[in-house]
Amino acid sequence: MRHTISVLVENKFGVLARIAGLFSARGYNISSLAVSETLDPTISYMTIVVEAQDEKILEQINKQLNKLIDVITVTDFTKKECIDRELVLAKIVYTPKDKQKLEAIFNKYVGKIIYHKGDIAIIEAVGNQQQIKMLLEELNKFGIKELVKTGKLAISN
Amino acid sequence: MNGSRILLESLKKEGVEVIFGYPGGQVLPIFDALYDFDVKFILTRHEQGAAHAADGYARATGKVGVCLATSGPGATNLVTGIANAYMDSIPMVAITGQVGTHLIGNDAFQEADVTGITRPITKHNFLVKDVKDLAHIIREAFYIASSGRPGPVLIDIPVDVQRAEAEFSWPEKIDIRSYQPTYFGHPGQIKKAARLISGAKKPIIYAGGGIITSGAHNLLKELAEKIQAPVTMTFMGLGGFPGDHKLSLGMLGMHGTAYANHATMESDLIIAIGARFDDRVTGRLDTFAPDAKVIHIDIDPSSISKNIRVDIPIVGDAKNIIEKLLEEIKKIPDTSDWLKTIDSWKKKYPLTYKKSGKLLKPQYILEELWDLTKGDAIICTEVGQSQMWACQWYKYITPRTFISSGGLGTMGFGFPAAMGAKLAIPEKEVFNIAGDGSIQMNIQELATCVANKINVKVLIFNNGFLGMVRQWQELFYKKRYSYTPITSPDFVKLAESYGAVGIRVKNEADVRKALEKAIKTENTVFVEFLIEPEENVWPMVPAGQAINKMIKGLA
Repeated sequence: MRHTISVLVENKFGVLARIAGLFSARGYNISSLAVSETLDPTISYMTIVVEAQDEKILEQINKQLNKLIDVITVTDFTKKECIDRELVLAKIVYTPKDKQKLEAIFNKYVGKIIYHKGDIAIIEAVGNQQQIKMLLEELNKFGIKELVKTGKLAISN
Repeated sequence: MNGSRILLESLKKEGVEVIFGYPGGQVLPIFDALYDFDVKFILTRHEQGAAHAADGYARATGKVGVCLATSGPGATNLVTGIANAYMDSIPMVAITGQVGTHLIGNDAFQEADVTGITRPITKHNFLVKDVKDLAHIIREAFYIASSGRPGPVLIDIPVDVQRAEAEFSWPEKIDIRSYQPTYFGHPGQIKKAARLISGAKKPIIYAGGGIITSGAHNLLKELAEKIQAPVTMTFMGLGGFPGDHKLSLGMLGMHGTAYANHATMESDLIIAIGARFDDRVTGRLDTFAPDAKVIHIDIDPSSISKNIRVDIPIVGDAKNIIEKLLEEIKKIPDTSDWLKTIDSWKKKYPLTYKKSGKLLKPQYILEELWDLTKGDAIICTEVGQSQMWACQWYKYITPRTFISSGGLGTMGFGFPAAMGAKLAIPEKEVFNIAGDGSIQMNIQELATCVANKINVKVLIFNNGFLGMVRQWQELFYKKRYSYTPITSPDFVKLAESYGAVGIRVKNEADVRKALEKAIKTENTVFVEFLIEPEENVWPMVPAGQAINKMIKGLA
């Protein structure tokens, strides 16, 4: 099962390595990770997405996360509601005649062209993971040449 | 003052009396400051010895043990000692030198990423990048090491930080917002636990190292006597409850007593205090104590429900919680039938061994040692058969009298740890129960003992084998003794060449005399006992079996 965990940590060197270590030591891969400073610059917020084969092990990881000296709070969003979003930048093959088709897509999903030169356009889009997945399927029809995602960001509601 | 001096002044503020360590290139400024500083420094002969000695010192006193080593190999040599302290929750501060800050990450001479290496084996670690942070970091390090569930903390100090100048300002108060250990148990949970205890028919107290860490031994005794429940101890819990008490079942688990294991399996309530249901204790998990409800008291929330499903978890300090629990227990359970059953198991399945006549039995030596000291000694051990016999055949009456590597099972731990313990409590007789294999792993510390007149008494049970591995090979690998026969030096001559005293014992008749002589001798003594080569540790639960399925549980 996929888990989204948010961790509030001290904004110090080495903290990310400590957190990543708890997952890697158990052979767990982090599917996505987003880290950034909060309003308080001494604190960072992490959103970690991890695929857990064994719920008990994940519970253990959560407890171990809490035990790290630099960790302030841990929230597992599988047990708590949250709003989540992901930002995507996609470089696609684009000619002006595609404009209408693209706009139709953008009517359905939140996205826009943020750069255009020659037959290349860069699309910016924001959505939850399902929306992003469907958007990318649509964009793929144009030919996606390059793609970057922020990974999931989650906030409790 | 410079960083080195700040370090030493800070250690003094923390009440550090002794530092174990070894000099090197990247700690020269610290050693220069040590040269005329008022603190005892013990120069070990290997950094691993320094780490274990600091650990032994901490176990004997409850205070934070301190070790110091240079960068690179000095620091990596501490690693086993740090991991050992981590597994057994021992408060320790390890200080390492590091190459200059401008060289970090450069593959500089004697450079190793020590905070990286020790990250998973420390409770926390620090790389000091600015001398202005040093005093504060040391304060935090000692606080973290000794509070909550204790553990080792490493401070890596680059050589330029050791030389840099700053004002020394000692933070009197410490508050780490992200680290707030829970000391007091939830009152509602304690009430529920008390009700469960009152209704139990076959309760058992399963006491671990947390009893000793928290200083809860007297309260534990009060609790056991009040509710008339038998007490079994984990390896780490030995000494937390008097081994000669009528409610004591001794140690449980793989090499526990048969009656402790039967009682645990048949119980209807397990009161776990400061113990973590380690695999050496539970054996096969799905068959473990099938009818028992479990109350689990532990300061570390991550220990609870890790291996065993717990009915009433109580997070907090054992001492505080037992105290409250004693107040809450209104109705005393009737355990008279249960205690009768346990007595019958004690009679039916006592710890036992057969005397073969000619060759010395290790159990006999320990019985004699018990008879001679009656628990008034500190018993350190190495790892393996000698260690397990020491758990079974010596009774530990008071906390901090049994010092041994539990979680990590580190051969070579006992001798330097005994050194640390003896230094901490010179008025006590300190023994190290060793095998001929283990003692050779840190035997260089003989020089440290002799040079500093740390009179440790080392009892070497020489069977010519790496005995515990041999025992497993005998039982599970068709007696294919692959690389377990091991040769040793002449331990008597070896001891003498270091300036210590060596005694060799071959016969039962000489055991007592040799032990008495060792105690009387004001020097480090190696007593080598030539024991039965293929003596086994019984009873034994094969790995992964239910703990009542013991081999030779029955006499």
